[in-house]
Amino acid sequence: MFKFIYFFMIVVAGTGGELCVSRAMKQVGEVKDFRPAAVVGSLLRSLRSKWMWIGVGLMTLAFFSLLAVLSFEKVSFVVPVTALSYVAGALGGRFFLGETISSSRWTGIVLVCIGVTLVFLGKG
Amino acid sequence: MDSHKRLHFKTFAMILIMIIAGPLGNVLLGKGMQSVGATDVATFSDLVHVVGRVLASSDIWLGVASLLTFFVANLLVLSWADYSYVQPASSMAYGVVALLAVFVLREAVSPLRWAGIAVICLGVFIVGRTHPRTTGHQ
Repeated sequence: MFKFIYFFMIVVAGTGGELCVSRAMKQVGEVKDFRPAAVVGSLLRSLRSKWMWIGVGLMTLAFFSLLAVLSFEKVSFVVPVTALSYVAGALGGRFFLGETISSSRWTGIVLVCIGVTLVFLGKG
Repeated sequence: MDSHKRLHFKTFAMILIMIIAGPLGNVLLGKGMQSVGATDVATFSDLVHVVGRVLASSDIWLGVASLLTFFVANLLVLSWADYSYVQPASSMAYGVVALLAVFVLREAVSPLRWAGIAVICLGVFIVGRTHPRTTGHQ
């Protein structure tokens, strides 16, 4: 049961955190000026968004869950986590960020999931 | 350059920075921490000693700089591109990790892992043909 909770935390909090950070950056708006001062300005503006703080909090939670899991589970636990986070990311992109995920984008995402799983299985 | 091309170009440039700086940072940090050696911290002076050795390692500083570069590129690209585009596209990093393993660390990479990387490349190629931004201007 604990294992399931950690698993859930890593996938949902990890991907959820990145989605929140993505939302914060969309609020900042498209960065068009890449001079260092302008880039720093955009990044500082993102700190004014509550989504940035929620995102960083969730990512921290996911990181410590992963550390906790690695203390009693093998690294192979990471395989389904990593593959599933792409599906979670696509669903989050669709429903939380309002992105349009065409069938070809879905095909690509599923291939990436399969590929990442093979990479981890091939490491053993 | 029209705005459509410019968007594709800067998305591609940021993802390229991410897939190189991310793995490079991890490898450099790993190398740096290995050179620091086993960290057996029992007392406060042990801790100071270990922190001192970590801070004296150029690999660790370069690793931190690489990861910082990765993080900034990631934030910048997300200011205009879809998350559902950036997340799968940045999985090309697995290919970079394998290349680093073969050419820098002289490790063997199994056929299954190469097969996985080929499937990732195909997936990223298909995602890469979709438009990087599907939401309206905000």
